[in-house]
Parts: sequence; C-alpha cells; structure tokens
Amino acid sequence: MIPAPFTLRRAATWQALPELLEDALPLGGGQSLMPLLALRLAEPTALVALRALPGFSDIAERDGALWIGAGVTHARIEDGIGPAPLRDWLSQVAAGIAYRPVRNLGTIGGSLALHDPAADWPVALLALGASAVLRQGDTRRVLPMAQFLTGAFATALQPGEVIEAVTIPIPAPGTRFGWCKLAPAPGAFADALAGVFRAPGAAPRIAVASPAGARLMPEAPPPDDPHLARLRAVAIRRAGA
Amino acid sequence: MTRLCVNGETHDVRCEDRDSLALVLRDALGLTATRIGCQHGSCGACNVLLEDVPVRGCLVPAALAEGQAVTTLEGLRDDAVMIRLRAAFTAHHALQCGYCTAGMLIAARDLILRGRAGSAAEVRAGLAGQLCRCTGYDGIVAAVLAAQ
Ligand SMILES: Cc1cc2nc3c(=O)[nH]c(=O)nc-3n(C[C@H](O)[C@H](O)[C@H](O)COP(=O)(O)OP(=O)(O)OC[C@H]3O[C@@H](n4cnc5c(N)ncnc54)[C@H](O)[C@@H]3O)c2cc1C
Ligand code: FES
Ligand code: FES
Repeated sequence: MIPAPFTLRRAATWQALPELLEDALPLGGGQSLMPLLALRLAEPTALVALRALPGFSDIAERDGALWIGAGVTHARIEDGIGPAPLRDWLSQVAAGIAYRPVRNLGTIGGSLALHDPAADWPVALLALGASAVLRQGDTRRVLPMAQFLTGAFATALQPGEVIEAVTIPIPAPGTRFGWCKLAPAPGAFADALAGVFRAPGAAPRIAVASPAGARLMPEAPPPDDPHLARLRAVAIRRAGA
Repeated sequence: MTRLCVNGETHDVRCEDRDSLALVLRDALGLTATRIGCQHGSCGACNVLLEDVPVRGCLVPAALAEGQAVTTLEGLRDDAVMIRLRAAFTAHHALQCGYCTAGMLIAARDLILRGRAGSAAEVRAGLAGQLCRCTGYDGIVAAVLAAQ
C-alpha cells in the first residue's frame, strides 16, 4: 500500500510545464491519483504538482460564462461559486462527491481529466453544456465536453497538455437543471447518474453515465426505440427537471 | 529535508517524495493519534487538518504539505469544540478500540463548525466517509449531536 518511488516536481509556470511533464504525470488534488499509486495500479517515475500554476484555481465570470480553474476543489464549489441558479446546481453536484476531506483537495479538473465512467463531473458538465480549456505552454484550445470526453478513462488531452479550466455558459432565465445520483451510500461512486438541462423553449439535454463514459442521450429517440424513450422519461422524472 | 509545520511547531524531516503525510506524522514525528487504515481514502482514520480543513493524510504526499499548517488531533487538545466532543464521546460510549476515533473526531468537529450536524440524518450523512469497525454508529451519532 505504499506507492512505488517517484519524484515530485512543482510547476511554477505554464511555459515550463510541457517539459516537466515529458516523463511524468500531472498531479491535481491527488484524490484519485494517490489511491491509484498506493494500489500500484500506476507506477509513474515522476509527478508534477499543478496547483502553483498562475490562475490554476481562479473563478471568474467572462463572456457570458463561468470560468472555473481546473484546480478549484469540489468543496469550494459545494460552498457556492458563480451566480444563482448555476451556483446551486454546481453545489448540489459537488456535495454528492465523496466525503468532505476528499472534496477539500479533489479538483474539478482532475475529475474531468480522469473521466472515470462513474464520476459525477463529466456527466454534470456535459448536461450543462460546458467546455474544457486545454493548455500546453502558451497554446490554448477550447473543446466542448462532447468532444473532450472520448470514452471511459479517455479524453482528448494530448501529451504535455493539461486542463486549465472549465467554462460553463451562464444559463438563460427560466432554465432548469435536475441532477440524480443513485449510489449505494452517500459519497460513494454512482451506480447511475443523470443530469437534465432544460432551457426555455428547447428540448431537454440529458447526460448520463455509461460504461463508455459520460454521454448525451439522443434528443429525439428513434420511434422504434421505446426503451430509450422510457429512459429519457425516467431521467427527467428522477432528476426533477 | 522537508520542512513541516505541525501543531504550530516547525520540524525538518527526512522523507521520500512517495511518503504520505500520515506516515511521516506517525513514523518521523511520533504523532500517533493519526491512524493509517485503508491508505486509499475510504476509511477516514487518517484525517488531519491542512490549513484548518480536514483532508485524508494518506492521500497527501508529505512533501506537498510544506509551507502549509498541519494540525493533528494532538494539536486540538485545547480546542473548544474538541473538548465538548471528547466529553460527549465518553458519555455516549462512542468508541471501543479507538482506531477510528481520531479521524471521526476531526470529521465531526468539521461538521459542527460548518453547521452540518443539526439532525441524526445529517450527522450520519456527514460521517459517511468515516468507518468504524467495532462500536457501531449509534453512540457516535448521539455524541456528535450532544456536542454541538
Ligand atoms: C474515497 C473516495 C471517494 C470518491 N468518490 C467519488 C464520487 O462519488 N464521485 C466522483 O466523481 N469522484 C469521486 N472520487 C474521486 C474524486 O472526485 C477525485 O477528486 C477526482 O477524481 C480527481 O481529482 P483530483 O484533483 O484529486 O485529481 P488527481 O488525483 O490529482 O488526478 C487524477 C487524474 O487526472 C490527471 N490530472 C489531474 N489534474 C489534471 C489537469 N488539470 N489536467 C490534466 N490532467 C490532470 C492526473 O494525472 C490523474 O491521471 C472519490 C475519491 C475518493 C478517494
Ligand atoms: S487510511 Fe486514509 S482514508 Fe483510510
Ligand atoms: S472504535 Fe473501533 S473502529 Fe471505531
């Protein structure tokens, strides 16, 4: 239960990061990575702590969206960030993740980067129409969640690239969001997750957890698929949207 | 050398980068209130305060705690909430072997300070990440409710 030996590095600038990462894994809050190392499911020779990167834990409202730095913890989100009602929706999702001592260190960026198919943020952020801001040195690219999340434990991240932030469009007035997590105990990983986002006059956008990772349910289920239509109805009802 | 600030005192310890804060607190500093159980975040026996908020000591490399205030149960001897919690744990038989107790107390204190210990259901949900393998949870929940 002791990790294999590794060297710990600290990234102080975005410019130096890609080189530091050449033979190393990025370390966010460590709340998934440290257990993986303790169980020796991964044996990297070096880790690069990201938390001192400039702006890594910033929160801001910019261009009609809430910018959440990748280093923002679940606990900080649980306690309330951004404008209502988005603040309450995010708080509800964060409060259901693990336990407070884990939420005090675990980050939204780390959750997204790992893309555990049972994790809460990938599903919630997909439903909310969020994007991932990816950064490598001074180069940035912004990917909508559906393009960023490519499969269970898989994302569009390239070597040397990390998540700098998540951006979530500020919802129009009258928008509703429902969230349902079914888990064997409070704070445990989910057996089932659904997030339902309903902007006024638009069809509900529904994201669910699947063995292949977070995914959107088709907006118009094919008429020959009554099962999918029923699943949509259940998701909407259970999530209370 | 890693310089740690624990319970208000500065210590220079020799440790490897892979060593967890919980391990270093116990083995290098002899602060054995902090327990090591599962070593992957599930049991809560290793809870300590980092910059005044509870974290899993088993999931923080000690070297990363440099420059941050670490507080263990030993450092909360004179803390007002902890004094009430200690008395309530005794009165309500909230421990037996005591292995889970330090982590339980640190988690319970945080619930009380955040105003999340208002009902038995709230306390149970708030302590879901703290495993006790022998006392049973009823006495623990009663003690936390009594200590607010
Ligand atoms: C007991 C326990 C219960 C849990 N329960 C839940 C739960 O119910 N639901 C849930 O969703 N999660 C749960 N988690 C996981 C928790 O939410 C983690 O915080 C999260 O998965 C990882 O975030 P982190 O910052 O700790 O990332 P780390 O552990 O530091 O890293 C995770 C992975 O992402 C990479 N990484 C980290 N940050 C970045 C970045 N900015 N850019 C690129 N790559 C990065 C790392 O290299 C690593 O591969 C639980 C964890 C524990 C210990
Ligand atoms: S030893 Fe840290 S949570 Fe179990
Ligand atoms: S008192 Fe023995 S494990 Fe809790």
